[in-house]
Amino acid sequence: MASAAKKLLMDPFSDNNPITIQVLGICSALAVTVKVDTAIVMTLALTAVVSLSNFVISLMRNVIPSGIRMIVEMAVIATLVIIADQLLRAFLFDISKQLSVFVGLIITNCIVMGRAEAFALQNPPKDSFLDGLGNGLGYGIVLIAVASIREILGFGKWLGFQLPLGDNFMGNGLVLLAPGAFIILGLLIWGQRTLTKYVED
Amino acid sequence: MNALFDFMDKTIAPLFEKGGKFERLYPLFEAGDTFNRTPGDVTPSAPHVRDSIDQKRLMIFVIYALIPCILFGIWNAGNQFNLANNVANATFTTDMLRGATMVLPIIFVSYAVGGIWEVLFALVRRHEINEGFLVTGMLFPLVLPPTLPLWQVAIGISFGIVIGKEIFGGVGFNILNPALTARAFLFFAFPAQISGDKVWVGTAKTAFENSPIFGTVAENIDGVTMATPLAVAAAAEKGSDAVTALGDAGFTLANMTIGNIPGCIGSTSVIAILLGMGFLILTGIASWRVMLSGILGCVAMGWLFNVLPLDNPFAALPFVYHIVMGGFLFGIVFMATDPVSAAATNTGKCIYGFLIGVLTVLIRVANPAYPEGAMLAILFMNVMAPLIDHFVVQGHIKKRTAYARALNNA
Repeated sequence: MASAAKKLLMDPFSDNNPITIQVLGICSALAVTVKVDTAIVMTLALTAVVSLSNFVISLMRNVIPSGIRMIVEMAVIATLVIIADQLLRAFLFDISKQLSVFVGLIITNCIVMGRAEAFALQNPPKDSFLDGLGNGLGYGIVLIAVASIREILGFGKWLGFQLPLGDNFMGNGLVLLAPGAFIILGLLIWGQRTLTKYVED
Repeated sequence: MNALFDFMDKTIAPLFEKGGKFERLYPLFEAGDTFNRTPGDVTPSAPHVRDSIDQKRLMIFVIYALIPCILFGIWNAGNQFNLANNVANATFTTDMLRGATMVLPIIFVSYAVGGIWEVLFALVRRHEINEGFLVTGMLFPLVLPPTLPLWQVAIGISFGIVIGKEIFGGVGFNILNPALTARAFLFFAFPAQISGDKVWVGTAKTAFENSPIFGTVAENIDGVTMATPLAVAAAAEKGSDAVTALGDAGFTLANMTIGNIPGCIGSTSVIAILLGMGFLILTGIASWRVMLSGILGCVAMGWLFNVLPLDNPFAALPFVYHIVMGGFLFGIVFMATDPVSAAATNTGKCIYGFLIGVLTVLIRVANPAYPEGAMLAILFMNVMAPLIDHFVVQGHIKKRTAYARALNNA
């Protein structure tokens, strides 16, 4: 893979992670991370939406009048989200019920709109698609990390499988609450910034 | 003695100072050195106020103020155990011994685990080990039930020290009271071991706990169900009288004041807390404004609930009960007055304390999910304290500006 393309794809995993560095998409990161399976499905849904919306908007970037570009972007994103939502309802009904409104709320997820505005409007379709893919997966990796910690500490399970933690294991009720997710996210950000020596200007 | 001091200053100290062999371990050396001797640092320039008070003495004084609560807590934990387990030939001595086996391990774990975090952060961040932990490590055990598993004590204090204090930069930078943060963590993480009616009185589980020096346990029982006064009052049925409900459960104003009732280790006895309160006020260590306005707030809100026509026996409970029940008095005396997390201005302290009292009673009476409101009220007001200070200072500036303008125009 060309190094430029690789950079587009890999940057969002750590150096420019949408959650831990840009601190976007926090709302859904708290809401859908109680269990790993919902986090994975949410990751797939968001990755599909952000990469395809980046692709479509980038195709249209030269014909969108700048005065109404937001509305055009919203129309594209909303269409994709509805498709994703309907697909989940058709094939993964149980998980789609657990995710409830949060699939629909991908429309308002700052990451999707942010990548469209900041990247797709200035770059060719292939790069935009890769950027969307990278950001979706970079979001997902944090989501799955948070969900893993929450499910293991809270239920003693991972992806629904009982872990061999013994009978004395006691689920931690705090990590299952939204504040618990916030604290875990904060600790992840602390860890990452200590390792990468990233400092907010 | 002088020879020893010379040896310390000339031979040992340089090893730990900048450029020395053990430079990284300087915080440990400094802590040990200043713990035993007066700190060598003096203020370099005038003006000086000569006073023996420094941070170490401040923190030690809080520990002195806690002694009545600690001793009473140990006796009460043992006494409650011996009463509930029908221990034959129980005396004051066996009560104390029994209580010590329950309470001292909690205090020890709190200090040991919290101390490890404290030293770790001091070494990595290269700041000095702060005396504030001395108080945090003692306050935390005193607001726990005596039967709390020790591993929970360990995680609780770890959370309190790391999340409640060190990530903000250590003592002086923390927004929340670390001991209460630790308790709140346990309260939400493992509610079954810190709330409810099964955790306040212990039972003998090991052979050691059954040994005859503590008195003879008549029969081994699995657990003791004993509600706290707050839970009893909150559970009083509509149309009934909360005072009668308390009386039926064996709680009177008298025994709630003395404190020989089930509850958190250090916070059951009003008398022990008042002794500590008197000491803190006399020595000027803790702010009387916070304590006084807190009690006023509690009285005001309790009285408001009394006069409002609500069909809720807890609301109709005479306000004086709110002061003696639960952890409010302990919280307002020892936790709310934490100089770091409380409001800093005098007016701010009054507002801050008053609202803690108001919120405590409001949470107790209006929120059925939490029988005790003092912890959440103090933490909430900890967060609000900087805001209160901001408005107090802004108000003062506005007043002074108006005064200066009036002078100029005159």
